[in-house]
Amino acid sequence: MTAPLLDIKNLQLGVSLGRSSYHPLLKGVSFQIMPGEAYGLVGESGSGKSVTSLAVMGLLKRPLAVTSGEILFKGQNLLALPKREMRRLRGNRIAMIFQEPMTALNPLSTVGRQIAEMFVLHQGKSWAEAEKLAVEALGNVRVPNPDRRARNYPHQMSGGLRQRVMIAMALACSPDLLIADEPTTALDVTVQAEVLRLIKELCAARGTAVLFISHDLGVIASICQRVGVMYSGCLVEENETRALFESPRHEYTRGLLGALPRLGSRSEHGRQRLVDIDSIIADRSRLTESRFIAPREREGSQP
Amino acid sequence: MRLGFNFWLGATLTALVIFAGVLAHWIAPFDPVLDADLMNSELPPDATFWFGTDGQGRDVYTRILYGAQISLTVGIVSQVINSIIGVTLGMTAGYWGGWWDDLVNGLTNVMLAIPSLIFALAVMAVLGPGLPSLLIALGLTNWSWTCRIARSSTLSLKSQGYVQAAQTLGYGDLRIMFTQILPNMMGPILVMATLGMGSAVLSEAALSFLGLGIQPPFPSWGSMLTDARQLIQLAPWAALFPGLAIFLSVLGFNLLGDGLRDSLDPHMRTRKP
Repeated sequence: MTAPLLDIKNLQLGVSLGRSSYHPLLKGVSFQIMPGEAYGLVGESGSGKSVTSLAVMGLLKRPLAVTSGEILFKGQNLLALPKREMRRLRGNRIAMIFQEPMTALNPLSTVGRQIAEMFVLHQGKSWAEAEKLAVEALGNVRVPNPDRRARNYPHQMSGGLRQRVMIAMALACSPDLLIADEPTTALDVTVQAEVLRLIKELCAARGTAVLFISHDLGVIASICQRVGVMYSGCLVEENETRALFESPRHEYTRGLLGALPRLGSRSEHGRQRLVDIDSIIADRSRLTESRFIAPREREGSQP
Repeated sequence: MRLGFNFWLGATLTALVIFAGVLAHWIAPFDPVLDADLMNSELPPDATFWFGTDGQGRDVYTRILYGAQISLTVGIVSQVINSIIGVTLGMTAGYWGGWWDDLVNGLTNVMLAIPSLIFALAVMAVLGPGLPSLLIALGLTNWSWTCRIARSSTLSLKSQGYVQAAQTLGYGDLRIMFTQILPNMMGPILVMATLGMGSAVLSEAALSFLGLGIQPPFPSWGSMLTDARQLIQLAPWAALFPGLAIFLSVLGFNLLGDGLRDSLDPHMRTRKP
């Protein structure tokens, strides 16, 4: 068994309430990502997926702060790393792509230059060399006419193309870990499929591990080997993707899967209601660790 | 980008001032200092002396052309200094926040509380009269508005996706400020600098009028006004034309700044009929 690439141990973080009191948001999240593995994190809005990824990047802003736990990246605790070292890791060994490709690129500089800057910044290449590499990187993410497109400004590109540019920037330095925070949410379905396939192929070719954050179970199923389900700041279930979909163990996971409409299920089972999960996110401060799923439990209440 | 009548009027007047200042050496019919001839003093405007002559027989037209050099130098250099100070302080304050932000805000408020001309007078009193101290005095006193605008632009740009993306890609703070934030707030900063040029020209005239700026015999529009003050009944043209020059150039800078602001601000554009 090889050592995990990313090992999050009992991570707790919260919103500072002044002094040293915190309102907890993550209540002891632990999971591991192996080198080259694609790990999916699902959960509803506000369950703590994105905050977890920001903690890994070391980009938590006040009033958010980690209160305890460790984030080990290649055995190195990221939380104890000096700022400068952390910055060297970001974009170089750990990269990230975002949900919003429309705003994630600087409107005033060409995409070629923005990609090239990654090589200058992290690999110390000259600008001329970096610009050649940038065109190459654009070609790698299947942008047609990469040498012409490199001279384009972001507003001249569609959302799908911009997301490809973001992927090119994130993968420019062949990072060990790519964090993808709902990278396809803002794209239409066909483009979504292309971008997913691209992420999958490029990461497989480079041996890059992926932490894939989404609330779309279908997307997760198509790309990840293992899935963790988050609810209200806890990792409630973790399993191989196939196993999780076939036999969800946790109540919340079952609810989540039941809430998905399935193509053809009506002809098989007749008219059926989709399961819904009750209420908005319960006030976390009133939930105790052991029974936090209880207020919205479905079992037994059904006729 | 649609630019209105005001912009073009401002641009024309500004261009005229730049033209006069840059070409003064070649287009001026006389020397501004040496061609003093008491025999010609206080002549009204005619074919030789277009704007008449002053109390020492110097051609007012020539002196106004050379005066434009002073006004332009003061306007541009002081605004460059102002913009550098204002942008540096405002951008770092907005980006880093915390105690540095509080400090810069406090400093800006103090600067805004002191009338800038009084502050410039104090600086001039310490440094003594002359062009270099004039540039320093005006450059150090008018950065507070630029600073505020830079700070607020930074605060709003900081939450833009590409600034956050840059952080995740491992950009350092300074690199983010210079490659992501600064270029995206150049518009308002440019407008502030252009508007500031008008007030700098005015302040220079005021300081020179009070005898603290450009020293005689060298021509500056403000000091020309001082000289002409005693002769205002005998030779009103000697005061009228420098006054007009100040008025038109300040009007030009302000209209240019306003026009730039209107064309760079999308809200203003949609509100127009």
